[in-house]
Amino acid sequence: MSLAQTDKYFLPQPSLWPIIGSAALFLMAVGGVMVMREIDHGGWILLAGLGVMIFMMIGWFSEVIRDSEAGRFNRQVDSSFRWSMSWFIFSEVMFFAAFFGALFYTRMLSVPWLGESDTMEQLWPAFKATWPTAGPGLTADGFQFTPMGAWGLPAINTLLLLTSGVTVTWAHWGLKKSNRSQLILGLAMTVALGVTFIGLQAYEYHHAYTEMGLTLGAGVYGATFFMLTGFHGFHVLVGTIMLIVMLLRSIAGHFTAEHHFAFEAVSWYWHFVDVVWVLLFILVYWLI
Amino acid sequence: MSDAAHAHDDHGHHAHPTGIMRWLTTTNHKDIGSLYLFFALFMLFVAGSMALLIRAELFQPGLQLVHPDFFNQLTTMHGLIMIFGVIMPAFSGFANWQVPLMLGAPDMAFPRMNNWAFWLLPVAGFFLLVSFWLPGGAVAGGWTMYPPLFIQGGISYDLTILAVHIMGLSSIMGSINIITTILNMRAPGLTLMKMPLFVWTWLITAYLLIATMPVLAGAVTMLLTDRNFGTHFFNAAGGGDPVMFQHIFWFFAHPEVYILILPAFGIVSQVIPTFARKPLFGYASMVYATASIAVLSFIVWAHHMFTVGMPVTAQLFFMFSTMLIAVPTGVKVFNWVATMWKGSMTFETPMLFAIAFVCLFTIGGFSGLVLAIAPVDIQLHDTYYVVAHFHYVLVSGALFAIFAGLYYWLPKWTGHMYNETLGKWHFWLSVIGMNIVFFPMHFLGLAGMPRRIPDYALQFTEFNQIATVGAFIFGFSQLILLTVVLKAIKGGEKATTQVWEGAEGLEWTVPSPAPYHTFETAPVVK
Repeated sequence: MSLAQTDKYFLPQPSLWPIIGSAALFLMAVGGVMVMREIDHGGWILLAGLGVMIFMMIGWFSEVIRDSEAGRFNRQVDSSFRWSMSWFIFSEVMFFAAFFGALFYTRMLSVPWLGESDTMEQLWPAFKATWPTAGPGLTADGFQFTPMGAWGLPAINTLLLLTSGVTVTWAHWGLKKSNRSQLILGLAMTVALGVTFIGLQAYEYHHAYTEMGLTLGAGVYGATFFMLTGFHGFHVLVGTIMLIVMLLRSIAGHFTAEHHFAFEAVSWYWHFVDVVWVLLFILVYWLI
Repeated sequence: MSDAAHAHDDHGHHAHPTGIMRWLTTTNHKDIGSLYLFFALFMLFVAGSMALLIRAELFQPGLQLVHPDFFNQLTTMHGLIMIFGVIMPAFSGFANWQVPLMLGAPDMAFPRMNNWAFWLLPVAGFFLLVSFWLPGGAVAGGWTMYPPLFIQGGISYDLTILAVHIMGLSSIMGSINIITTILNMRAPGLTLMKMPLFVWTWLITAYLLIATMPVLAGAVTMLLTDRNFGTHFFNAAGGGDPVMFQHIFWFFAHPEVYILILPAFGIVSQVIPTFARKPLFGYASMVYATASIAVLSFIVWAHHMFTVGMPVTAQLFFMFSTMLIAVPTGVKVFNWVATMWKGSMTFETPMLFAIAFVCLFTIGGFSGLVLAIAPVDIQLHDTYYVVAHFHYVLVSGALFAIFAGLYYWLPKWTGHMYNETLGKWHFWLSVIGMNIVFFPMHFLGLAGMPRRIPDYALQFTEFNQIATVGAFIFGFSQLILLTVVLKAIKGGEKATTQVWEGAEGLEWTVPSPAPYHTFETAPVVK
């Protein structure tokens, strides 16, 4: 990027993509509500919305990639991207904070309260306020489940994600040295680790549902467990898709040693997902 | 405005879409700012009509006009729409128009995302409004969406939750855009501590939005899964706790009330120096006070929950931390008054609304201080005293500041002076009407009238009748506002570049109306 371009602002043309995105969310919300309320054909509308959303994302991101490859993004745009990605990750941190907050509140406050108040002694006298719990009402009805231990698949998954943090950094070093094969190899390994993680997580969920009686409905433990690990898993999926795009772009010869913020943004996101997992491993799987 | 677009052919070597496609695909901050403002104006009348229906029902004790369940739908939707569909979009509209102009930037940092942030709002707004016609009607559990009520409702509850998600998405994208614009698009020489105060307040507001909107998204997601996917977040039988929703919700919603007022502080801090013809008194202290309010807003949330059951230490903590907010707010009020002190003041409509803001917002602030005292709040919780309090800060606070900003910048946007006589009529009818509606509500609340109930005991009749008369005066005087805006768009006295004698800042250096593209080469600020 030449210095001469840094004093010119980049202003994109009018674009259809945002309104297509709004149409997609409209369809997804209508379809989603119909599915939840068990109204016929809701699933098709939801799928259609999802299709439009994927179409929009491919179209919009392709346009941004074309802008980038045409050299329209100067240093100021690069700096805008850095600020905005940082703030976006901050918003993601706060999203997870809501669910971690729910975990702390129930574990530390509301479940113990359920075990000590007089009212509860009348309602559910047999309830022992320990963690993990499916709650006094479900337990009284004979509901049972096995909590998820830390040292089986979750420990392997921790190892996988931590390793992937190393491989993506190694790929970045390759990019900075203009060593394209190191970049591609590093990204490919990261993608493989991400895909393996998702596969193991899916296997763990299957096991929980079929063998352990641990479901979304398994009281507040099941709810916090699946919502926290589920949203994390979804973020790993999104991160993996982003890494795959970076891999394909690297193979296509995109990025230079100096100008590659898309790659950096994805690696920031990946490290963020990594940190969330470490917190999950300690607070959700290990300390129970 | 299309003439202005052609005037810049050196930039516009491409054909701009016209008609409806111009607005659907626009990446221009001025177009998007106008879209936000028109959306807010439309929704103001929608949610305002709901308020008038509520007041009409409350004109007499007993049930007159509407079914109690519909009454609950009205109070819920009035709140949701006024917050998410009027005040917030109006401030976003101001930010879109003014932040680039005030910073000497050619546009927002991310013009395409800017478009999307706006065009999500009509989708969410449609979902909220259409729910009135769905089986079971619109949501009736209050804008705070507390479980278990919110878990028991029908289809419109799911739709409203998704509408909140979409509005949250819009706010987060809008805020990331604004914050990036402010941090990265300032003209050379325009350091942070030289920025106009409106920009400062929006910088801090955007931070609050990015920090809290995802928390709201999490809270309503838990509602959604409790409703449809068998989780027990808010169900004690499963080990959850309905009060937990209130904690998570108010962790979002207390910063949210500052989101609704900080940009208003910013607007008033632009208007008062202009018409007092003096620089703002204590600029740096204004910045620090705004930042302090934002920090404190994260540790006061449970003052909304003094009656739900909380350890006494927690009550004391939230009581005292809430009172602390009076300090930076007091600094601000002092600075506005000191700015006017010995100024060469004139009283055009924007200044009138700004002065009314300072007086009436202060009343709302004081009643907030009263409610911060836990033992008093336990008496007043969910009474009309609370209704009086938050309407003083949101109507004579946020909305009056929006009116002040609208009259202040309308000549810059349209190129025409608004009709000053009509503006004065709008001001006086609004300020009188507003006080007639909401001042008696203090007495009603102190006497124990509960809110969100369509019927009341006989002794509350007189004050309710006064309030209803005031509501209709206030409501119908907003038609004057509509007339003023439409007239200024169509024509009128040509506005000069500086518009106001005492106006200072980059936005007053571009012609009126502001051309379609401004500051394509950055100005240098000394």
